[in-house]
Amino acid sequence: MSKAINIIQSSVVPLNTENVDTDQIIPARFLKATTRDGFGENLFRDWRYESDGQPKKDFVLNDPTYHGKILVAAKNFGCGSSREHAAWAIKDYGFDVVVSSFFADIFKGNALNNFLLPVTVSDAFLQKIFDAVNKDSSAQIIVNLQAQTITIEATGEQESFDINNYKKTCMLNGYDDIDYLLSINKDIEAFELKHDH
Amino acid sequence: MSKSLFEKIWEKHIVKTIDGGPSVLYIDKHLIHEVTSPQAFAGLNKRGIKVFRPKQIVATADHNVPTIDQDLPIKEELSRLQVDALIKNCAEYGIELYGLGHPFQGIVHVIGPELGITQPGMTIVCGDSHTSTHGAFGNIAFGIGTSEVEMVMATQCLLQSKPKLMRINVDGTLNKGVVSKDIILYIISLISASGATGYAVEFAGSAIRSLSMEARMTICNMSIEMGARCGMIAPDETTFNYMKGRLFAPKENEWNEKVSYWKTLFSDDDAIFDKEININAADIEPMITYGTNPGMGIGISKHIPALNEITEKEKPYFEKSLHYMDLQPGANIIGKKVDYVFIGSCTNSRIEDLRMVASFVKGKKKADNVQVWVVPGSKQVEKQAIEEGINKIFEEAGFNLRQPGCSACLGMNEDKIPAGKYCISTSNRNFEGRQGPNARTMLASPLTAAAAAITGEVSDVRELL
Repeated sequence: MSKAINIIQSSVVPLNTENVDTDQIIPARFLKATTRDGFGENLFRDWRYESDGQPKKDFVLNDPTYHGKILVAAKNFGCGSSREHAAWAIKDYGFDVVVSSFFADIFKGNALNNFLLPVTVSDAFLQKIFDAVNKDSSAQIIVNLQAQTITIEATGEQESFDINNYKKTCMLNGYDDIDYLLSINKDIEAFELKHDH
Repeated sequence: MSKSLFEKIWEKHIVKTIDGGPSVLYIDKHLIHEVTSPQAFAGLNKRGIKVFRPKQIVATADHNVPTIDQDLPIKEELSRLQVDALIKNCAEYGIELYGLGHPFQGIVHVIGPELGITQPGMTIVCGDSHTSTHGAFGNIAFGIGTSEVEMVMATQCLLQSKPKLMRINVDGTLNKGVVSKDIILYIISLISASGATGYAVEFAGSAIRSLSMEARMTICNMSIEMGARCGMIAPDETTFNYMKGRLFAPKENEWNEKVSYWKTLFSDDDAIFDKEININAADIEPMITYGTNPGMGIGISKHIPALNEITEKEKPYFEKSLHYMDLQPGANIIGKKVDYVFIGSCTNSRIEDLRMVASFVKGKKKADNVQVWVVPGSKQVEKQAIEEGINKIFEEAGFNLRQPGCSACLGMNEDKIPAGKYCISTSNRNFEGRQGPNARTMLASPLTAAAAAITGEVSDVRELL
């Protein structure tokens, strides 16, 4: 499966909560695996399940009305712990894009390194998405990475989003940072010769 | 051209900059632990490459180790497998490991400084967000994800964009009963849990200068709780006095050379910051959190915000938080009964924290309704506490002194706060479920935590000193 991302069109899962921290995305007690797989099962574990394992009916991931490849959340998404398991869990669950009006730094980096595209929109546009999904739970959102745009299909409302050129190229082509860093090994060794650490 | 402390260090570590993209930042020290490293080692293995500079990596086991009977095999199977994987990986790739049973074992952000591994002017990373702690020595230290752990293992470099710069000046004299934890909880309550996202933050001012290294570490440790990429404090005599003679600190001539260089690490008078905040130390009282992020803190004599003090936009999150905490808007926090007191974590588990607690509780007994766990940050802190007789004071007070690890800060091991119970914690996060499913956390200083341990309820430590 290619990791590359370009145009994603999908219905969305709305999570209208601010300050969603990575302990909510994946609680620490589920970080004991030594592989990257299977974290989606415990995505939002304590919001999603009762302590006896029964699904909580009022949590959005348990609501069959909502599904799709795009998670839409309120501001300061991914704050707290640096655990990359949070990005793995969201990707493993089946999301390719997270939309918010504000992302925590480390989460954003982790997401990009896992071909999970973080799309930062204005507060006003975020509200428009929530409104569109409220009106029609299957409302389609189109994220175009090449054009750096996000569009609400039904209304045609559109906003541009930022991503640095280097990361954009990586995401469009499925490259990762390690490939690049390994390719400049000679530069790193030359730097070390003059660097006192 | 005048430069900030951050820029002086940053520029010295740039290998190259990609056009229109990030810079390749060279990393001097890489600290690793059992939880965020196994997938990185697996990645190297899959690519068939070695660790590029194993001598620049130091490992310890801290996140999910038990804090009793550390001499016995770890009972919990998954935790044991993760710790075993670290032992195996470190042996295979030639990395120094201070694992369970080693006299240097401890919380990664406690052992780096106490061993003299953490030094001014460095770039330091670790797969843990509280890596910002090390910035107290005047370096660029930040938390990274596991893919980045793999990058540093493979190349000793990371791709990073330069953050914006913020300086927070705290001037004046601290009030009685107010310590560094209160300063940082106060700052976060002012600027919110996302107020420094995108920034590297330098802490400056006379109140910061007056702090010990342990106290400075507490402040930089929680920089991430306001979203900062890193926190830092310019090194000074306090820094050098703390470092001198530590195991991995430079020695003799090299020491003198390094100190001369470290003395150049400060923000020049006309250095430019994207944002600057001034705080009067006298305005700060002992702090406590009432909600579910570290920005939801108040002075201990204040009341929890009433609904009419909260904006319409913030209301849903505020109400969700208070519902989780089972606290009422507008209520006083003093007098709230507590069930657990946790003194530990990379924020407040150093010898000075334990001394502060011990000098307060000496001759006192804990309240019957509270369980008190004291978890030292490292084997060395534990050893010193025993040498100083601090363990006896805790024993007489009914406190349970355990063995080093992250413990109830994140509840990865058995040390969990039961559902619905209130814990006054010296750790760094009061997120829902952080200390165990449905556990209710109130963050505070070691002094305020110790006061609650004695009275059994949230108390103003100033009245007990």
